[in-house]
Formats: sequence, structure tokens, C-alpha cells
Amino acid sequence: MTEWLNVILQGVLIGGLYAMFAAGLSLIFGVMRLVNIAHGDLIVLAAYVALMVTQTLGLDPLTSLLLVVPAMALIGYALQRLLLNRTLGDDLLPPLLVTFGLSIIIQNGLLELFTADSRKLQAGAIEVQTFQMMEGVWVGALPLIQFIVAVAVIAGLQMLFYRTALGRAFRATSDDQAVAQLMGLDTRHVFAMAMALSLAVVAIAGVFLAVRANFDPSIGPARLIFGFEAVIIGGLGSMWGTLAGGVILGVSQAVGAQIDPGWQLLAGHLAFLAILAVRPQGLFPKVSG
Amino acid sequence: MASPLLDVRAIDAFYGDFQALFGVSLRVNAGEVVAVIGANGAGKSTLLKTIAGLMHPRGGDVLFGGEAIGNAAAFDVVRHGIALVPEGRRLFPSLTVEENLLIGGQSRRPGPWTLQRIYDLFPILAERRHLPSTSLSGGQQQMAAIGRALMSNPRLLLCDEISLGLAPIIVREIYARLPKIVAEGLSLIIVEQDIAQALKASAQVYCLQEGRIALQGAARELTRESISAAYFGV
Repeated sequence: MTEWLNVILQGVLIGGLYAMFAAGLSLIFGVMRLVNIAHGDLIVLAAYVALMVTQTLGLDPLTSLLLVVPAMALIGYALQRLLLNRTLGDDLLPPLLVTFGLSIIIQNGLLELFTADSRKLQAGAIEVQTFQMMEGVWVGALPLIQFIVAVAVIAGLQMLFYRTALGRAFRATSDDQAVAQLMGLDTRHVFAMAMALSLAVVAIAGVFLAVRANFDPSIGPARLIFGFEAVIIGGLGSMWGTLAGGVILGVSQAVGAQIDPGWQLLAGHLAFLAILAVRPQGLFPKVSG
Repeated sequence: MASPLLDVRAIDAFYGDFQALFGVSLRVNAGEVVAVIGANGAGKSTLLKTIAGLMHPRGGDVLFGGEAIGNAAAFDVVRHGIALVPEGRRLFPSLTVEENLLIGGQSRRPGPWTLQRIYDLFPILAERRHLPSTSLSGGQQQMAAIGRALMSNPRLLLCDEISLGLAPIIVREIYARLPKIVAEGLSLIIVEQDIAQALKASAQVYCLQEGRIALQGAARELTRESISAAYFGV
């Protein structure tokens, strides 16, 4: 019994990471209908940026976020202004193709710079600290921190969307680009701010990914799939739905792995397919007015 | 004679290869209400879109306060002091009534219009401020769309078909507020299919026909016959 409780708890905690993969993806699609195929590779890029920061400055990974987050946000702003804004229009295909190309460029660029060797960020003693929640149920400090950060990120995004002028601009631009311009909103800037925000979240996700497990330049696309699955399970309605999607995916994978270690990914995909079959709009779809 | 606030000089506008406006000129003086009338497809909305920066003229230019704005982007035109109330209202459905108004004030131009002033002008909006904009009736949506445009404190307000799809009593109610808006020193361009309403509210009238100005003059001097001739092209 406690064994299963442990499994589910681990699944919930990893779900926080998946929710962070998904949040940036969902934000970009929501604001500008751009499907960012390079999202997973940008997560890996953030991990390598963190690797460089921790190695050159001797910071621990969590402190390195203070530099990695703004750096990725800046990259996001520039990427949108200089490249992706030019691909946006009535057709969904050009941005899809361009981000697909970007994905290949990032993977190969990282391969050139850092080789195909597996890397990992070392967070020190915190990596092995655990607490006993109840008799037989243990929780690691790092997964717990990761989950708390994920909840804070989701709550922060939700607040930004519904309580700030920037969030209002995101929602208005998403509703009607032409009229948003008539309100004095430069949509090119609004989109770039959205991408900056997306990559700020990517930075946090990338650092936690890199502390948790080994990474190399090729693992991006699989993270993209996890992100997509979490978004679609949760539905595009709210950021909290995205968190729920991440948690469901995480728990499914953990349960699958418990039954048979080879079933971890399969179980996640099956849960995703099952929800897609029963509720194609996701669990928390956008309420249409 | 003082130079006009808005001076549209012989503009040509296109949708792809299709020419929608042919050398259209129009002037609006400070504090003046100008009506643009014409049949469906005559180019009225195109004219407003070109002034607002959603489209750019291929020939001619648009001068506002003496400055050429023909090639300025829409978000920049707002900052110059031109606001458009678009055809069909087009409130942001994801935003509440108040958020719709606030986003109109995004450009932060200084001026008399504040949230409170908009609520004084249209009290029903104050009651519904926290509701989704989609919950408003057509007339209330039109009030919100006008309020949203006013929040940018424009010097010139462009109104595209504000009577479209609304009951006559609602249309009269909305038109009854226009003098209060003009009293704040604004100029107005009203695009209308409801000719009687347009003539009553305006000083100058331009009639568009197939992308050309077919008639222009002071509202009180134009005869029914000349208007219907220009309107229908007979």
C-alpha cells in the first residue's frame, strides 16, 4: 500500500516539471497560435546555459536561475522580434516549419559545442535529502522544491494573465490582433514579451531537468512531447489545467514504471490517448463566450 | 483659414489588386462632426481603416495635425490621437467590460476621459463592469466599444456603423450622447448607412460611391434628391 503511495507521490512531483514544460508551450500557442516545435530543445539549451553558468561562476544550480532566467527571457524576446514574428500570419505552417528548423539547429549547435556526452548539474547535499511524510512514505527535498516552484510558476502566470496590464494585453491580442493594434498595442512587442515569458519558464524547467537527471543535446524532442501531452490533457483553458495535465502524465508514467520498468513512457502515452479519446478538448477546456 | 485637423489627400487604397478607393479627399476641422455615407461596398470602412492605420494608402497621404501618418502603423496612429470604433463593435471576448475599457487607455494619452467619465456617460457599463463583455446586449456592447475608443483620449474619433444591428431606440440613445463627446473638443467621423441619423448628427457630409467621392457639402444644404442620386448613382 505505502509502496503505491510512494509511486503516486513521485508521479505527482515529477508532474510539476512536466507542467513547467507545458506552461511555456501553452502560453505561446494561446497568445499567438504558434506551435513551438523547438520548445523541448530550448529547455535543453537552458540546461546548457545553466551548466556554463554553474561551471564558470561556481554557483549552485538553483542560484544560477538568477542569471539563466533573464538570459533565456532575453533570447526569447530577440528570437521572436528577429525571426518568429516574420513567420506569423493566417497560415499556421510557416512558424511550424521555422521552429522545426530551429529545433535541428539548436540540437546540432549544442552537439558541436558540448559533444554528445551526458551532463548533469550537481546541486550538492540537497539532492539526497529526504523527509518521511508518514510511515513508509518518503519524499525527496529536490522533487518537493521542484513541485513547489512549479505551483508557484503556474500561480504566477495565472495572476499575470488575469491581474496585470501585460496579461490583459496578452488576452486582447489573442482575441483580436487587429483591434489590439487599434488600442495602441504593438503586437510584435506583445508577442516578443510572451516568448520572453515562455523562455523564462523554460529556463526554470531546464535547470530542474538538468539537476534531476542526465541530459544531452538529443533529449529535447521527448520533453516537447511531454509538454504537448500535458497541455492537451489539461485543455487550453487555464494554467491550472496545465498543472493537472502534468500531474496526470507524471502519475501515469510512475504507475506504468512500477508495473514494469519498460512501461513508463508507454503508460504516459496511453493515459494521454485515453483522455484524448474521451475528452478531446482536455479536462479544463477554454470556456467559449 | 486654419489648417484642418485631418486632411486626407487624394488617397488610393487597395485590397491586393482590387482598388477600393480612388483619389478620395476629406477634411475634418477641430470640433467638427463629419458624416460619410454610401451604399454597401462604397469604400466607407476602407476609408476609416486607412485613416486608422490598419491599411496604408498606395497613393496620396493622410495628414493629421499637419503630420503625415499614411504609413504609420495602427498602434502608432492611436498615439497620435485617432481612435476607431470598429464595425461590429469587436470587444475582446476574453476580457471583462472594465478590462475592455482599460485596454483602450493603454496608450496613456493624457486627456479628459477616465474610467469614471466613461461610466458617467454610459452608466449601464458601470453596473456591468466586472461581467464578461460577451454578456452585454448589442447596444451595451456599442457603448463599451465607444468608451474603449474614448479611453485613448483621441482628438478624432472614427465611428464605423454604430447603428448596425441595433434597435432604433438604442441608436437614438447612443446618438444622443455624441454631443457630450464633441463638447470635450473631439472631432468625429461617422460612417453610417442610416442616412437620416447621420445628417442630423453632422455638419459636413461626404457621400462615397464605388470608391469615389460622389457628393460633399454641408448637411443642411444638401437636398434629398442630390443625396439619393449620389448614393445610388442614378
